Parts: sequence; C-alpha cells; structure tokens
Amino acid sequence: MTDTMAASSEPLIALRDVTTYFKTPRGLVRAVDGVSFSLERGKTLGIVGESGCGKSVLSKSIMGLLPKRNVVRGGSIKFEGREVGQAGANELRELWGNQMAMVFQDPMTALNPVMRVGNQITESLIHNLDVSKDFAQETALQLLTSVGIPEPSRRLRQYPFELSGGMRQRVMIAIALACGPKLLFADEPTTALDVTVQAQILDLLDAQQAERFMAMILVTHDLGVVAGRADDIMVMYAGQAVEKAPTRTLFAQMRHPYTEALLKSIPKLDQASHTRLDAIGGRPPDLVHPPTGCRFAPRCPYAQDRCLQEAPPLVSHDTPGHEFACWYPVGTPEGAEALAKNQAAGIAATVSGGN
Amino acid sequence: MAFLMRRLVRVITVVLFVTFFSYFLLNLLPGDPVDTIAPFATKEIKEAIRKENHLDRAVPVQYWFWVEKFVQGDLGYNYTPSSKNPVADDVKSHFPVSVQLVLYSILLTMLCAIPLGVFTAYAAGSRLDRGINTVLFGAFSIPDFAIGLLLAYFVGVKLGWLPNGGYKPFGSGLWTHARTMILPVISLAIAQIAGFTRVLRSDMIATLQEDFITMAKSKGISGKRVLWRHALRPSSLTLLTVAGLNVGALIGGTVVIEAIFNLPGMGLILTSAIRGRQFIALQSTVAIIAIGYVLINVMIDLLYTVLDPRVRNVS
Ligand SMILES: Nc1ncnc2c1ncn2[C@@H]1O[C@H](COP(=O)(O)OP(=O)(O)OP(=O)(O)O)[C@@H](O)[C@H]1O
Ligand code: SF4
Ligand SMILES: [Mg+2]
Repeated sequence: MTDTMAASSEPLIALRDVTTYFKTPRGLVRAVDGVSFSLERGKTLGIVGESGCGKSVLSKSIMGLLPKRNVVRGGSIKFEGREVGQAGANELRELWGNQMAMVFQDPMTALNPVMRVGNQITESLIHNLDVSKDFAQETALQLLTSVGIPEPSRRLRQYPFELSGGMRQRVMIAIALACGPKLLFADEPTTALDVTVQAQILDLLDAQQAERFMAMILVTHDLGVVAGRADDIMVMYAGQAVEKAPTRTLFAQMRHPYTEALLKSIPKLDQASHTRLDAIGGRPPDLVHPPTGCRFAPRCPYAQDRCLQEAPPLVSHDTPGHEFACWYPVGTPEGAEALAKNQAAGIAATVSGGN
Repeated sequence: MAFLMRRLVRVITVVLFVTFFSYFLLNLLPGDPVDTIAPFATKEIKEAIRKENHLDRAVPVQYWFWVEKFVQGDLGYNYTPSSKNPVADDVKSHFPVSVQLVLYSILLTMLCAIPLGVFTAYAAGSRLDRGINTVLFGAFSIPDFAIGLLLAYFVGVKLGWLPNGGYKPFGSGLWTHARTMILPVISLAIAQIAGFTRVLRSDMIATLQEDFITMAKSKGISGKRVLWRHALRPSSLTLLTVAGLNVGALIGGTVVIEAIFNLPGMGLILTSAIRGRQFIALQSTVAIIAIGYVLINVMIDLLYTVLDPRVRNVS
C-alpha cells in the first residue's frame, strides 16, 4: 500500500536539463538545449512552439529514438524513477511499446508502405506481450474499432496506401495504443490532416487517454490545439523552454512575449492551417550560433539592451508553478515600459506583422 | 490474369523484334548466304539448302518461314561437309547447362548480396563497412573472365581442388555436379555480388532514415525484425531493377565463362555457330537466348508486384 502511494506521488517522467545536439559539418546544432519538466500519470503536457524549435527532436530524444552517431545527448531522464537518459537499445526496447509509444507527425510516411495494416498492429503485440497470433488479430480488430475505423476486419488486410490520411493516423494511434503504454507522445498528430479531421483525431486521443489513464505529451505549433486539452503547457523557442505553466494560468496571465506572439498567431477558423506561423515576424535563430542574450531578442517587440547581453533564466516569479524566461515580461510594468520605449523609438512591433 | 496476358503479349513482341532485327543483320553479310553456310557443298546440295530455308525468297518472307518453323520446334540445321545436324538437338542438351549456370549465379549473388547489403547499411560508416566496400569495389572492377581464368588456374590446376573444366549433369550426383559448377558460378557471381551489395546498401541506408523505420523501432520489436521485415523489402526495388538490367551482362558472361570452363552450354553453340558461319543456327540460338532474357525479366516484373503492393494497382 505504501509502495503504491509512493509510486503515485512521484512523476511518471521527469526531465532535468535535457540537451540534444547534432554534430554537423556546420557545427553543433543545439536542437534541444536544457529542457526540464515532469509529468504525472493521466496528465497531458502540451509542448508548443513554431516549426524547427526542437519539439520532435525532444520527443525522440526522450524516447531514445535518435541514432547514436553524431548525436550528443545530455541531462537526466527519469521514467518511473529509473534513469533512462543514456539507456542502450536493449533497455529501451523494453520501454518502447509497453511503456512509451509515439504517434508520429506524418501518417503518410510513418507507416510501412509495403506491410499490411494488420501486421503492423499485431507485430508489437506478438513481440512485446507474447500473445498468440489469433489473439493479436482479435486485439487488433478491437483496437481499430476503438479508434473509430469502419469495417475494421477489411482494413486489417489493406495496405497504408489504400487508406486516407485520417484513417492512417487512426491506425497509427491504434499501433501506439496496442501494448497499453503509460506515456503517449503525440507529435503534431494532426498537422498533416484536413481541418475537419484534426478535431476528430484530437478528441480520439483525449478519449483514449482518459480511458487508459495514460500520460500524454501533445506536441503542436498551435496554442489553440492544447488550450482545452493539456493540463500544463510548455512553450519552446529555439531548443529551450521559455514559459511553463498550468494551462489556465498560462492563458490568464502569459508573461513571455513569444507566448503572446504565438497566441496572436492562432488562426481564425476560416484560415488555412499553415498561414499561422508567418504571423510572427522574423525567423528563428540559427541553432549552431544562437544569440548570446535572450534567443528571442531579434524578434521581440519588448527587447532592450539587457536582452542582447544576458540570457534570462527560466524561473518562477509571482505564481508558483508558472515559470518564464524574460527580463521584461508581458503584463508587468517593466514590460509595458519596454514596449512603450521601443514603440516610441520607432522600432515597429514585429508581433502580428507590425500593425 | 489480364496482367499475365499483357506480359505474354510483351514477351512475344520483344522476341519478334529481336529476332527480326538479327535476321536482317545477318542478311547484310556479303555474298550468297548458301555459300556462307555450306561453302563445301555441291551445287545440288546448295540448291536444296536454299529451298529448305527459303533463301530464294525476300528477306521478310524468309524470316516469316523461319518463325513458323521456330514455333514448331524446328530450329534449322548445322551444315558440315559430312552431315547436317538439327540445331534443336544441340539446344536440348546445351540449354539446361546455361540455365543452371545463370540460375546458380543469381542464387549465389542474392544469397551473398542481400545479407552483405543489409549488414553494410546497418553498420554504415563503420570500419567493417568500409573494409567490405573496398573489397567489393575491387571485385567489381575485375572482369568475370579474368576471375574465371584465375580460379581455373589456381583452384583448378595449381591446387587441384576442383576440376578446371568439363560438366557433369545433376543426375550424376549432387556433389559431382556441383564440383563442375562451383568455379564458373563464382566467376560469374563475384562482380554481381559486388554491384548488388552496393545498390542494396545505398537504398537500405535511405530506407533506414525513413519515418516508418523509427516508428517500427518505437514499437519495441527487435532490431533484426526492423531490418529484415521493415527495411529490406522497400529497399529491394532498385536492386530488382538493376538485376533486370543486368541479365544481359550475365548472359554475355556465361558465353565467356562456358568457353573458359569448357561447359557445353548455349555459349558453346553460339560460338561454334559463329565460327562455322551457320547463321540459321545462330539466328535460332539468339532467339532462344532472347526468350530466356525476356522470361527472366518477366519474372523480375512479377517479383516487383509481390514486393510492392502499390505496383499491383498501377499496372
Ligand atoms: N538529424 C539532424 N541533424 C541536424 N539537425 C537536425 C537533425 N534533426 C533535426 N535537426 C534540427 O533540429 C531542429 C529542431 O527540429 P525538430 O524536428 O525538432 O523541429 P520541430 O519543432 O519538430 O518542427 P516541426 O514543427 O517542423 O516539426 C531543426 O532546426 C532541425 O533542423
Ligand atoms: S523582453 Fe527581452 S528577455 Fe524578454 S523575451 Fe524579449 S528579448 Fe527576451
Ligand atoms: Mg516536428
């Protein structure tokens, strides 16, 4: 009894200062540069940031799915209290499927094109849970039904190219759920899909998560997607977390100028889904030579001299549990002063296209 | 079924095209064709030969008569001063030898190239991979007849481990048969192994970067299964294409290798037909080789549809 009590109070997964660098001819690409968070069972963490900020690399790094060659990983990753940050392939294989699973970004490329859908679902069951072929087949059928695929027994015999994008993403979810993982990564599970299908897939993930009491890490570049779904949100910029808070707190009092910019860039319903990122002016920094001060400074409408020299630490200020890394936070007198100063100096606010 | 019909039509078209072309070329040889075939014969015999092969008719008509006989299994004759031998008899005894040679080489090639390709792709960049690649590059640049001559000399003559020539059929015992085939098959296979391994390796390396491989890994299945069940099949399509393109070179190789190892195959018929200027026999032999070539390519096409379900719907 005490054991389970202890287990349930400790987080399912806890990261401390996780880094992931790629060695390239150009130099070290700091794709993930010091990320910490922890997540409890049954909770959802939303990771938000624009394209290229390191969301996918972070997810793959946590799962240990990156190749060994030319990849430098640091920091600590504890899964159920066990350090897995530097675990080898054999140790990781025990976690994969059973403990952690991932729904990949693009259902068009993440299913094996020359293998029947059924076999792609059953193989992990047969391998990980050591069940019979018939049982696995039966389970696969149930899984397809539960992810809302019509005519599941026919689908089992089909190849991915015979399915629509939405159906493929459902299949991918079925594969990820097959062995009952405790932690599910959903890496932008809907970006490759039609707007109408996006909500269905997100609702499906929500329902499955609640039913199975899984923890979920929902990765997206759209704050709107995580707004109603995540318990906590971590906003990433250029490989680092810049703001972290419970969802309600974040929306009630966002402090980081980048978060504010992301929020302003949430598309109206009638807009095409990829227009949103252009709404933030400027480009993310080069990850080989990131700026010395705050990495957002070149694009930040609040930026002052200090921002160019000193990198702000990610710390909590007024509200416990709400951390952000900014010298002139949004909604504070300092922030307002900085913004006013910049506007007066004619430095056009880059947020929302400079209007 | 419709698929097979279409293939059949294609086979026939290709074979007709090849044989007509070679018939036409052979007719460009200067002089009276009968003089070429049987310079030794008397006037009457020459006339008989002319009649027999319809050489008094226009070239397209001749050709058509030849086709008609060919499909009935009459491949014409080899004319010598003392006799005329049906080419069909020669083909019947020699064809199996060449087929064996080709099939064994393909088999050996695949048995070596697939594991080597998979392994070198998996271990890409490692010292072992680079070592294997260097060796293969060397092997690729030695022509097959040179390998054949080297093997015949060292293994056959110097060491005396295996016969340096001659042929024993399958019926005379597996080992007896194998002893005569090992060196020729190795000679033919080495360059092919080298080429195929490199093709498979580069495709495999590309496949291993694909999302679906990471996805397969993330299911927790064994690394072996990821390589063999997930990565190999989608990586083998280029290999198949190259294999198809390579059949011609392989057949060319067998002609030379049969000569080196004194194997009574189609190559032998071909060379003696050329030497004896037996162009009717040559014509028929070329046709049979062309059919063999096309059939192997049809089999490769069929393999495509087995390996890649997406092709099934397209074709
Ligand atoms: N194998 C690699 N070698 C070098 N750089 C890499 C590699 N993989 C990713 N990167 C770099 O790491 C950064 C983060 O990439 P990542 O795929 O995590 O972005 P993301 O946040 O998932 O973006 P998106 O929304 O487009 O999926 C990018 O700048 C990318 O160029
Ligand atoms: S105000 Fe300064 S510290 Fe804050 S985000 Fe802008 S540049 Fe960075
Ligand atoms: Mg991504």
